[in-house]
Amino acid sequence: MRVLAAMSGGVDSAVAAARACDAGHDVTGIHLALSRNPQSYRSGARGCCTVEDANDARRAADVLGIPFYVWDLSEAFHQAVVEDFTREYAEGRTPNPCLRCNEKIKFAAVLDRGLALGFDAVATGHYAQLETGPDGQIEMHRAVDPGKDQSYVLGVLDQQQLAHSLFPLGRSTKHDVRDEAERRGLSVAQKPDSHDICFIPDGDTAGWLRDRVAGGPGPIVDTSGEILGEHEGSFGFTIGQRRGLRLDRPAPDGKPRYVLDIEPISGTVTVGPRGDLTVDHISGINPRWCGAVPQDELACTVQLRAHGEAHRAAARVIGAGVEISLLEPAQGAAPGQAAVIYAGTRVVGSATIALARRRATA
Amino acid sequence: MNVASQRPVAYLDHAATTPIYPEVIDAMAAQLARLGNASSLHGSGRSARKVVEESRETIAASLNARPSEVVFTSGGTESNNLAVKGFYWARRHADPRRVRIISTALEHHATLDPLHWLHTAEGAEVELLPVDRQGRLDIATLRTSVERDPTTIALISVMWANNEVGTLQPVDEVVALAAPHGIPVHTDAVQALGQVPLDFAAAGVDAMTITGHKIGGPFGVGALLLRREADLVALLHGGGQERDVRSGTIDAPAIVGFATAAQLAVKGQPDRAVSLVELRDALITGMVTAVPEAQLNGAPGDGRLPGNAHFSFPGCEGDSLLMLLDAQGIECSTGSACSAGVPQASHVLLAMGHDEATARGSLRFSLGHTSSQADVDRVLLAIGPAVQRARAAGNTAVAGGRA
Repeated sequence: MRVLAAMSGGVDSAVAAARACDAGHDVTGIHLALSRNPQSYRSGARGCCTVEDANDARRAADVLGIPFYVWDLSEAFHQAVVEDFTREYAEGRTPNPCLRCNEKIKFAAVLDRGLALGFDAVATGHYAQLETGPDGQIEMHRAVDPGKDQSYVLGVLDQQQLAHSLFPLGRSTKHDVRDEAERRGLSVAQKPDSHDICFIPDGDTAGWLRDRVAGGPGPIVDTSGEILGEHEGSFGFTIGQRRGLRLDRPAPDGKPRYVLDIEPISGTVTVGPRGDLTVDHISGINPRWCGAVPQDELACTVQLRAHGEAHRAAARVIGAGVEISLLEPAQGAAPGQAAVIYAGTRVVGSATIALARRRATA
Repeated sequence: MNVASQRPVAYLDHAATTPIYPEVIDAMAAQLARLGNASSLHGSGRSARKVVEESRETIAASLNARPSEVVFTSGGTESNNLAVKGFYWARRHADPRRVRIISTALEHHATLDPLHWLHTAEGAEVELLPVDRQGRLDIATLRTSVERDPTTIALISVMWANNEVGTLQPVDEVVALAAPHGIPVHTDAVQALGQVPLDFAAAGVDAMTITGHKIGGPFGVGALLLRREADLVALLHGGGQERDVRSGTIDAPAIVGFATAAQLAVKGQPDRAVSLVELRDALITGMVTAVPEAQLNGAPGDGRLPGNAHFSFPGCEGDSLLMLLDAQGIECSTGSACSAGVPQASHVLLAMGHDEATARGSLRFSLGHTSSQADVDRVLLAIGPAVQRARAAGNTAVAGGRA
């Protein structure tokens, strides 16, 4: 196959490209320029937007002996990911930009362009496994390394996208990948992992949002509506957050308080005890299915954040949405985050959390 | 894996760099084997110095300059920096009113960036004059700008030929406007040398940038041709090896390579220009047939460099096209400013009045001393299908981004 290897400049995508070559594919490396103002050298560059990362990707491609190009997707990325991220926060939700990037950029804009240019697939360094199921459909499964499993951020890919994707690292541990990079003479072998949001280079998400999201101070209230304090902007908060509330008065029972709700119009942030975070029902919108749409109620597990645990659940498609009952309740599911639905290790699909609540219990 | 490496390459990127002449390699290899610092006073030093001075005379003779007017540098970027900053500092020092620098919007970054730096760091008033749709400086605008207050102008810098679209600039008219006021004129002739006739004395400019690797010489060496009476402040201070205007150990092997190339490039220029024009026009004519909607950018006929053909392909991303052609061993350029491989829309095309999409959907094919009809044929055979593919890809990329 003719394969486009998306090379971020990190160790994972470099080894993924190498393995695509080993598998006999005709591989071309591309680095996605996603930032409109690529910074030059940032200390310990961990993002995917810097000139240093582009150079690292280029060096890896040189070592592999494959052609290499930089594709400027900064406009598409800005529109589909950065603006969406800002807008979601402004509306009190907590988006996951990596999912969005996979859905709209890496496996959409890049894949579409690649297919049009005569390529057959896009290979990335994500940790997930692809298998052909009994019905001939491509199934995506969790990676064997549970610490690195990235199937959650890929839960937005549909069958068409999966059919043109390669994840050569899904059966390896991170440790093995680093060793392999070393053996192959890839200079990025010891480069630190990226954890931050790539377009927020200093990792200060609240500071980044403060510059971009309108909205001033607002009250912090308890569940009875009593004002406990004030904040500088509701965008800095995420449901389930405990730290940084800066409340003078402790809760009457002395236990820590958590963000329960964010109301962006009035800027009201509601806090309360941990128990009030518990949710056992989720209404999801904009579902994306890796294969066939589930017809009946699906016994499944659901993961609510990138490195969160899997909760046993039952999911049912209703109209354009998904209703998910958590048999194992979760603490603090933030609207905007993705609920990714698994059957065993297989990713069934995902939906954006619109509403998470506790059912009136007996 | 890399298909391109298995086939002979059709190289149409001579404006980026052109193949080195075998004679240049021989001359450099011989000099590399010889001991001696050209500034040393003993026999070995004198031998190296002799080679350097002979090279200086060769280059001077090739360009109708005096040998003392050849200041060797590390290449085009240094020569442009030296001219722009050096003239500005010297002229403003002599008269603090001289804070204006006049140039054009489509200069190379090696000129634009020093100008920008002088503006932000030193308060220079930089006027980048507009160009017309063909990329040619509007002399009437320049006249207005000069005559507004000639006493405040430190320098005028206008390139001889544009590196992207190949348009030749009316440098003689620039000189005619500047000379009565004693305003120095610098021209970046990096792309012009070897393609069109260059006569330093007759041009009447005060400084001219040339470089080795664009004419079949080595990388890392160039010169600023600088009128004897011109006064410049140095960029590099040290041993003062080059007229006290440029310091650094003299690179005799590079300089002899540069001189060998300059001689060959200039001697062969008239014949080469004829054959390049023939090839270029075959490429332009053939392109219209292969891709009817392709648009030639820059000036037609004699108004452009013999080896330059620059096209916009509506609906295509230039880098998609480049990649598709590269995969077939056809090498050209998007002609755009490139910062560590991150493509940006060409400031040259934007200055010529094209929109960003057109600017991004462009390719430069540049021909040189090894170009052949076979190279042109390869392009014309491949470009139609490549444009079809790139257009489909261009549309999907936009749709994907919008969704």
